[in-house]
Amino acid sequence: MSDQPLLSARDVSVTFDIRRSGSWPWTPSLKLHAVNSVSFDIAPGECLGVVGESGSGKSTLARAIVGTVPTSAGQILFDGEDLAAMSADQRRRHRRDVQMVFQDPLAALNPRMTVGEIIAEPLVTHEPRTPRAEVKKRVAEIMERVGLLPNLINRYPHEFSGGQCQRIGIARALILRPRLLICDEPVSALDVSVQAQVVNLLMELQRDMGLAMIFIAHDLSVVKHISDRIVVMYLGTIMERAEADVLTTRPEHPYTQALISSVPIPDPALERARPRLVIEGELPSPLNPPSGCVFRTRCPKAQNSCAQAKPETIDLGNGHGVACPFHKAEDVLAAAG
Amino acid sequence: MSMQTDTAPAQMGEIQGRSLWADARTRFFRNKAAVAGLIVLILVSLFAIFGGYFAKFEPDYVDFSLMGAQAYRGVPSIETGHYFGVDIDGRDLYARTVQGTRISLLVGIVGAMVAVIVGTLYGALAGYVGGRTDGIMMRTVDILMSIPFMFVLILMLVIFGRSIFMLFLGIGLISWLSMARIARGQTLSIKNKEFVEAAVAIGVPRMTIILRHIVPNLLGIVIVYATLLVPEMIIFESFISYLGLGIQEPNTSLGALINGGTEQMNNGTLWMLFFPLFFFLITLFAFFFVGDGLRDALDPKDR
Repeated sequence: MSDQPLLSARDVSVTFDIRRSGSWPWTPSLKLHAVNSVSFDIAPGECLGVVGESGSGKSTLARAIVGTVPTSAGQILFDGEDLAAMSADQRRRHRRDVQMVFQDPLAALNPRMTVGEIIAEPLVTHEPRTPRAEVKKRVAEIMERVGLLPNLINRYPHEFSGGQCQRIGIARALILRPRLLICDEPVSALDVSVQAQVVNLLMELQRDMGLAMIFIAHDLSVVKHISDRIVVMYLGTIMERAEADVLTTRPEHPYTQALISSVPIPDPALERARPRLVIEGELPSPLNPPSGCVFRTRCPKAQNSCAQAKPETIDLGNGHGVACPFHKAEDVLAAAG
Repeated sequence: MSMQTDTAPAQMGEIQGRSLWADARTRFFRNKAAVAGLIVLILVSLFAIFGGYFAKFEPDYVDFSLMGAQAYRGVPSIETGHYFGVDIDGRDLYARTVQGTRISLLVGIVGAMVAVIVGTLYGALAGYVGGRTDGIMMRTVDILMSIPFMFVLILMLVIFGRSIFMLFLGIGLISWLSMARIARGQTLSIKNKEFVEAAVAIGVPRMTIILRHIVPNLLGIVIVYATLLVPEMIIFESFISYLGLGIQEPNTSLGALINGGTEQMNNGTLWMLFFPLFFFLITLFAFFFVGDGLRDALDPKDR
């Protein structure tokens, strides 16, 4: 890892104004805190996994980094430059360096455009003077690279399977050779055998092209497979961060422990024998998050003091941080077992 | 929509894809009523464009010898060359029907074109930009819609003189309003699709997103609505002409001819009403059938 992070998020918050339907124009809108003071760094060539259940703000965080959703507080520094302070020209350059792969492979492709046009769009947008033959050559190259036959260039998205559509999405994201690729649940809409193919393709491309990657998923086993480091989010807040194998083998935060114990083990005997920590209840509404620690309403270790203040992130060394002051309290996994 | 999809294995050479447009075309041509409507429309257009070459008389040539004697000497006949008979002024009704059909089609198509171009772009822009811009743009449409346009158009024609340009202007002014609303509504649902977000993330300029990603996806519904708008415009023009404010002599339109025919209904010269009415009706019917066919073809989920 080099000293200068490629991307670093400093206390990034994203808040949406929600207007109640039918309200007067002058009634104040409700604030939805989708992402709350999130900080992390990504080094060039590194893969950061982001996990959390639905509604934990993972996708919003991705959109804030790409710049399709404005941040309400904090800074996102790309190459040391603040995204919010960029001129239109710099922003365009940033858009070339940061590309995104979307969750729903078919919805992310314009049904009226051919695959060739879709993949070429970033190239045509950022290098409008590229001759047509050159565009076609580069589209064919990248299609081959992601495992699509280049002679399918004139086909339309609806003629492809989900896995192929996701490959098209990846080809579009990579044609400009970006430095950071953000994958927003790229495999959750695919079936398991295709998931593996796409994840392996992404890992291969990441290695070959030296990409930094943010890989978002709610499936911890997929994230563990691909990531160097993992960040666990809950209700817009980071609960724990650590190296991938540390996080999966020695989780400290009660939420991470619950997540990990929910990953099934493909061996019925082991699966039945292991202690399970099941957290109950629903994710609280981000319109009205709990005071103090956002996880306290479902936390097995919750104490009275958890409601008082937002817990500080405790540094356990080697990049392992946990936002729970009671993580050393008796092990809930053991207690549950 | 069970199509025989060619799942030919990918061999050498580029494979031509089936666009959604191609799919829609196949579905359209399987609809018999719509194809019949299309054929009628083509025939009517050919009649309007080339029918004049077969006329024996100019549309504004007045045959004084027939005046007052239309009922027995101006009847439709092949020998005299008045295929459709003559009108009250002794002019050849065939030549005048050709001219009237031409003008009515022109009015309808120009009105629909204005609606498609102005309405679609306006609606897509309002819907895509959203927020306050959307509010201002759509309230403007609401205000324009609430003005009784027939009244304004009649005033315009009276004040600025009755010309075909004024008529086009008046029709153009109203036709795009409802199209803008439809386009905006569709845009609101399209702009939240992921492919639009992908384009934003790529850094595609806003206007290009509207033209490349939004408009082509709106176009299906816009085309359907436009084909239904053409007959509406024709009826509108006919009404204005029927009031005597639209197309002025010696020009004519189907509405003006029908008006002339109704005035002579009791004088035993019913052909003066029936020939223009026939072309008016088949044109409208054909447009409605084509519009229905296009709707079914372009929006297979709606069936």
